[in-house]
Amino acid sequence: MSRIIPIGPYHPLQEEPELFKLYCEGEIVKDVKWETGYNHRGIEKLSQSKTFDQVFFLVERVCGICSTSHPFAFANCMEEIGDIEIPDRAKYIRTIIGELERIHSHLLWVGLAGHFLGYNTVFMWAWKYREPVLDLFEMITGNRNSYAMFKIGGVRRDIENHKIPRIMETLDIVREKTDLLTGAVLDDPVIHVRTKGVGVLTKEDIINYAAVGPTARASGIGTDVRRDDPYAAYPLVNWKVITAEEGDVFAKAKVRLLEMVESISIIQQCLEGLKKEKEGETEAVVKEIPEGMGTGRAEAPRGEVFHFVKTDGSNYPVRHKIRAPSYVNIATFRKSCIGQSITDATISLAAVDPCYCCTERIAVLYDICSGEKIMNGKELLELSAKRTWEMKS
Amino acid sequence: MGFKQYCFKKSLWVFHFGGASCNNCDIEILDCLTPRYDIERFGMQLVGSIRHADVLLVNGSINRKDRIRLLEIYKQASKPILVVAIGACGCTGGIFAEGNTFAGPVDRIIPVDAYIPGCPPKPEAIIAGIVKLINA
Amino acid sequence: MLKLHEIEELKEQFGEIVKEVHVRSETRATVTVDPACIVDISRFLFLDLHFRFIIATALETTFGIEILYHFSRDVSGLILNVRVVLDKKNTEIESLTGLLEAANWIEREMHEIMGIYFKNHPNLEKLISDGNWAEGVYPYRESDE
Repeated sequence: MSRIIPIGPYHPLQEEPELFKLYCEGEIVKDVKWETGYNHRGIEKLSQSKTFDQVFFLVERVCGICSTSHPFAFANCMEEIGDIEIPDRAKYIRTIIGELERIHSHLLWVGLAGHFLGYNTVFMWAWKYREPVLDLFEMITGNRNSYAMFKIGGVRRDIENHKIPRIMETLDIVREKTDLLTGAVLDDPVIHVRTKGVGVLTKEDIINYAAVGPTARASGIGTDVRRDDPYAAYPLVNWKVITAEEGDVFAKAKVRLLEMVESISIIQQCLEGLKKEKEGETEAVVKEIPEGMGTGRAEAPRGEVFHFVKTDGSNYPVRHKIRAPSYVNIATFRKSCIGQSITDATISLAAVDPCYCCTERIAVLYDICSGEKIMNGKELLELSAKRTWEMKS
Repeated sequence: MGFKQYCFKKSLWVFHFGGASCNNCDIEILDCLTPRYDIERFGMQLVGSIRHADVLLVNGSINRKDRIRLLEIYKQASKPILVVAIGACGCTGGIFAEGNTFAGPVDRIIPVDAYIPGCPPKPEAIIAGIVKLINA
Repeated sequence: MLKLHEIEELKEQFGEIVKEVHVRSETRATVTVDPACIVDISRFLFLDLHFRFIIATALETTFGIEILYHFSRDVSGLILNVRVVLDKKNTEIESLTGLLEAANWIEREMHEIMGIYFKNHPNLEKLISDGNWAEGVYPYRESDE
């Protein structure tokens, strides 16, 4: 007799509404179905009624966590259509904002993963160490979360040279705390047991589902837009792509933690580059956007963000297509959770780092047979936390 | 002091409902729990069921699908309950108000006691809003 | 015009089916193909040339309903847009889901917003529109305003 266990739609720790129904026999998950649409806002249609400058504010609010990646990809797209070359200072500033966002997003993920496992301490500490990064954002851009830094041809605000020492100091603090967190998380034996071998995705799964980002890099497929299709200041600095081989939740955690260290190094190199450029040159002059179509992409913390725009010479886009990385990554949840026990379902899903507002969809799990016993999402989380307690004692 | 004011003096338990939002406001609400702002020292915590909650926090521009669920949640809530609309999207719909699936800002669906505008409102603003609500 | 070896191989394999080629730069190109052969072309790109499927876009133009399939070749950074044009009266095309699981959700979404029917799709049911807009209404079609 199998049971349906719904996760969602309004679950206290999953911030976005989504409904997953897990079909289980005993403790093992047999099938998954999900229902989407709770987050759909009609952004692609709204974008057709806004001028190109206004679209930046709209796409920033596709997702709050990867809030810079969408304007980044859109700016790359429009600059391709108009054949616009941006000054070096703007490239460095764009890269700095993009990498700072990667750090804050991965710290957020570490906290949420810790919470899903039952480790509330990890949650509190990771989010406490996120605060210096948000303070940096407030100093540079004025807001903690939606920065409005991008425009076609460059950036809206400059990072003045007198702010750079303060940024460097804060990065040193963040680096120290990141190392502390990495050591604590990766050496803990209970976390090893709960995450190694859980939610495994093989190379064939990744290629079939066309997954991107740390989800793919943790299974050995090193796709990274910053290296494959370089943009902004990435060709001007030294950095490396982090991959792992096993494909389980532990590998995904390792990839994200090590990527934070790479990001700090990239930002430090960009700040050195900024000091050499002339202050104030942050945009190129843009006369008009010709008719045509263009594609732009950027590497968000979750993977590749892709924008496609078709223009007809006027001030409004004719068609604007947005694809967020979670659209392809969440579909892999089907593969990674079937055959596992239900206590591992929440951490397998969280390992993909789903961002439903980016996806604008939700998924529903299917049931196998008729007998239904519904356990709600909170009980599922409690089950997961209880298992960790039992392991620790 | 009326019964309602007496109940809501301290230690409010909070239930969060995220409509079709971009998550900025959700993250700022969760930020209130973290060590820098720490509302848990006042006894406020996030609960898993609407029946345990004193305050319903709603954010996001509400979708047609969410509207049905929001009404159901409001009916299930044990009264008296305070409703707070957070963010530009919760107060008026924000930039998504002209979308094709928009179903009205929160106050067209359920009665709202306080509005906290911002995109997103800082955690200090959220705490200040709740304090103003309790004192009123 | 710049010649890209991936497109040359495609033309060699498929000949007349590849109708138009437009190369914008070394990393961006668009080819227009016959809708009836989309599965064979995708199979060639996915299995032989190792392209990755990004997403598909549906839009309405004066020529009809167009679908652009975006493929990416990660070793060289090339984005190849494969364009098919469907007649407004008869918007049917073969589904790619049997070959690429990644195409599953986007075909369901294109069905809901544009009314395109994908033949042999395993479950062409609603993805986002249930409760959000009415049956039979296709919000992204100009004529349906």
